[in-house]
Amino acid sequence: MPIQILMPALSPTMEEGNLAKWCVKEGDTVESGDVIAEIETDKATMEVEAVDEGVIGKILVAEGTQGVKVNELIALLLEDGEDESALEGADTAAPAPSAPAQATDAPAKPDAAPAPTPAAPSTEKGDRIFSSPLARRIAAQEGLDLKALSGTGPRGRIVKRDIDAALAAGTGKATPAAPEAKAAPTAVASENKTISVDDPIFKLLPDYDAIPNSNMRKTIAKRLTESARDIPHFNLQVDVEIDKLMALRKELNSRDGADYKISVNDFLVKATSLALTRVPDCNVAFTDGAILKFKRVDMAIAVAVEGGLITPIIKDAASKGLATLANEAKDLAARARDGKLAPEEYQGGTFTISNLGMFGIKSFNSIINPPQGGILSVGAGEQRPVVKGGALAVATVVTLTLAVDHRCIDGSTGAAFIKELKALIEDPIALML
Amino acid sequence: MSDTNFDVIVVGAGPGGYVGAIRAAQLGLKTALVEAKHLGGICLNWGCIPTKALLRSAEIYEHMKHAANFGLGAKDVSFDLAKIVERSRGVSKQLSGGVGHLLKKNKVQVFDGYGKLLGGGKLSVEKDGKVFTTLSSKNIIMATGARAKSFPGLEPDGKQVWTYMEALVPNEVPKSLLVIGSGAIGIEFANFFHTFGADVTVVEALDSIMPVEDAEISAFAKKAMEKRGMKFKTGTLVKKLDKAADGVTATLEKGGKTETIKVDKVITAVGVVPNVENIGLEAAGVKLDERGFVAIDGYCKTSADGVYAIGDVAGAPCLAHKASHEAIICVEKIAGVKDVHPLDKSLIPGCTYCEPQVASVGLTEKAAKDKGYKVKVGRFPFMGNGKAIALGAPEGLVKTVFDEKTGELLGAHMVGAEVTELIQGFGVAKTLETTEADLMHTVFPHPTLSEMMHESVLDAYGKAIHF
Ligand SMILES: Cc1cc2nc3c(=O)[nH]c(=O)nc-3n(C[C@H](O)[C@H](O)[C@H](O)COP(=O)(O)OP(=O)(O)OC[C@H]3O[C@@H](n4cnc5c(N)ncnc54)[C@H](O)[C@@H]3O)c2cc1C
Repeated sequence: MPIQILMPALSPTMEEGNLAKWCVKEGDTVESGDVIAEIETDKATMEVEAVDEGVIGKILVAEGTQGVKVNELIALLLEDGEDESALEGADTAAPAPSAPAQATDAPAKPDAAPAPTPAAPSTEKGDRIFSSPLARRIAAQEGLDLKALSGTGPRGRIVKRDIDAALAAGTGKATPAAPEAKAAPTAVASENKTISVDDPIFKLLPDYDAIPNSNMRKTIAKRLTESARDIPHFNLQVDVEIDKLMALRKELNSRDGADYKISVNDFLVKATSLALTRVPDCNVAFTDGAILKFKRVDMAIAVAVEGGLITPIIKDAASKGLATLANEAKDLAARARDGKLAPEEYQGGTFTISNLGMFGIKSFNSIINPPQGGILSVGAGEQRPVVKGGALAVATVVTLTLAVDHRCIDGSTGAAFIKELKALIEDPIALML
Repeated sequence: MSDTNFDVIVVGAGPGGYVGAIRAAQLGLKTALVEAKHLGGICLNWGCIPTKALLRSAEIYEHMKHAANFGLGAKDVSFDLAKIVERSRGVSKQLSGGVGHLLKKNKVQVFDGYGKLLGGGKLSVEKDGKVFTTLSSKNIIMATGARAKSFPGLEPDGKQVWTYMEALVPNEVPKSLLVIGSGAIGIEFANFFHTFGADVTVVEALDSIMPVEDAEISAFAKKAMEKRGMKFKTGTLVKKLDKAADGVTATLEKGGKTETIKVDKVITAVGVVPNVENIGLEAAGVKLDERGFVAIDGYCKTSADGVYAIGDVAGAPCLAHKASHEAIICVEKIAGVKDVHPLDKSLIPGCTYCEPQVASVGLTEKAAKDKGYKVKVGRFPFMGNGKAIALGAPEGLVKTVFDEKTGELLGAHMVGAEVTELIQGFGVAKTLETTEADLMHTVFPHPTLSEMMHESVLDAYGKAIHF
């Protein structure tokens, strides 16, 4: 049987790409490691290497084809001893996606939901997982599924730091269906409560498309379920006036030679980080043995990306200037949307800011991103009537809602932080000090 | 683009700077290299290389003295210090010239002068106190290295109290020699002068010699060197040096008690200080860390945008290969190469070319335990290795430290013949993150000293064959 060459996923979130160029033609002999094609995603062009050796039997997707789905069959490779006759009747249908990360969004029938993935690295051609022996051993000991992780070693090899990052972030746990994985009890509990796609209720519901859960979706589901279930959340809400802040923003952005564009959100990131350094009791994580009080504010910013959300982190945000913050936030958000963040850029963080202001949301509550102790939800800035010195006036007001983990932050502590934050936002010159 | 505008400017042509410049040029960046004195830096001219040349003479001399052990005759074995030094200088010169060729081949533009940051991506280059050009670049890499440290009361004078600079070009072998500091540099000179007849005493403030090494290994090395007649005083401070025409009297203090010893010469090898003065760091807004080195992040970026620092000037370990590796990371990050990661310092091997040699990578047994690891430790002595016996070098030890839980190789420590050539085997293993299992499955050629690496791993798991 000829070997199938499939459209590779060049990043964990890649779903399709353009086949920019074939570097081989039918009849060419290739060895493992030879560059056979160039694939273009929205941002980069990357080379595809042959995994096996053989002769290119048939090219099925022409050069220049746009939007080729990940895992689509793009060529057939004849193995040693095979000739073209082997191509006849060769299976040119792409195999079912073998890793959830590479699932295509082809409409799946309800009964064709993806089977649970085995924990052992698949040996299927083109789906090899590169990992270090030490990474494999720790993954096995900790019940992590290597397939759910992305590697940062040479050529995407999964190395110890990736495992450490996954353990720290609580991601990448093998699903309970994997026999040799020791899934954490809480994961089992939460998984069991999720309704099955086979549940009869769906027969009574209208027709639907089943979008397989991506890894990102699974992580969101698991962590937020755990958070909502295990963390006693409470909320504190405050209105802040941002007219002065907007004036300052305008002034800064219109300075000659400004190589930055500071957004209202950048101001809020700065103010929140500073307020946290002033009330460090809110920059904390609750653990079984102790409350960890962080010596630095690493601010996670919720960014909506296709298929979910991700929280890139601005490290040591309190000590960075507004221009630096703005540029860093812009870069992180852009790369987040392109799926180009390194794990250390979105794992960790001591606090999160989520902003739905651009959608006109007035106020909302967020679920804490564990192990962090708090998250700030930012609503839209809008003109509202306010009472000043007994008279009615108009001000631009934003409603901020803080959700905190009551195990480590009490009401008065949260209020002290909110007070600091409001003062900083309403007197934004203080941010520049 | 004018000829003073570059994609990358590197200041200092040591193993940090020249490697960075070559890599930058390879990546297609227009690159300038500014060097005040000598291509190749301390390493090629006054450090790693000339010391190794001197020590090679010492090693051969030692072998010749023991020729009879091998059934050979060598009468009237003698040496000519001037020729030994001449050879060492020649080796340095040859390699420094080689660096010049490499830079030329890679089209790196070399400026012979002293570079100083002016801020705003500008660098002045002066010669004989006069600025002859000003270069500019968005990326300036400071690789200015380090120099010998001196303590009050122990200042070198170049005549009776030497630093490595004088010790590398001696006119005669001192009859008696006091070496202050038992790090790699001090121990290597102590060995060299001892071999050629000096009565050598090494004083170390800490409790063991070569204090960064595993305690068991440093104790082993100390014993072996004592057997050859070298003297060590650990836990001892040199309080002062009194110079007279006929020698230097050193006052030593240990646990409150003082004693004096009189020697011909003193070598101070108490560490290095970074060359951070008068290079415009303040003008550019570059901050230092608490130890006085330039503070950098994982990609060698300093606190000032567009200014980077690598090698000795950017902090310990002050080793040539660390400088070169940082150079590659720094330059590749600048060029936007993918897959660039910060240097993992636990993967930097350290070597000392004394007799017997010492080499290590990763955590010592104590450091591993202090970090909370439960460890498995393997040991294999040279005595049990056929090649070591055949070489007539049966003194030595290979020690390995594993994390009991995961089988991660945390550290490897060796003392004995040629171990400086063996250690990189464990370096590769650690970098590839092999566990004990992969090391056990590796086939080691027989007969080689490397078999002891295998046996040491086996021993950690109670499976050693030859011991
Ligand atoms: C005796 C001795 C033995 C050693 N043995 C070993 C060993 O066996 N193995 C090992 O790994 N390491 C050894 N080292 C350490 C090693 O030499 C250093 O770690 C290494 O040289 C550091 O490289 P570098 O590029 O950071 O700086 P350096 O090699 O110090 O180079 C810095 C260069 O910058 C130049 N420079 C400084 N300021 C300016 C300026 N403003 N403008 C222009 N040029 C400037 C200097 O002239 C110099 O050439 C030894 C050191 C000594 C002293």
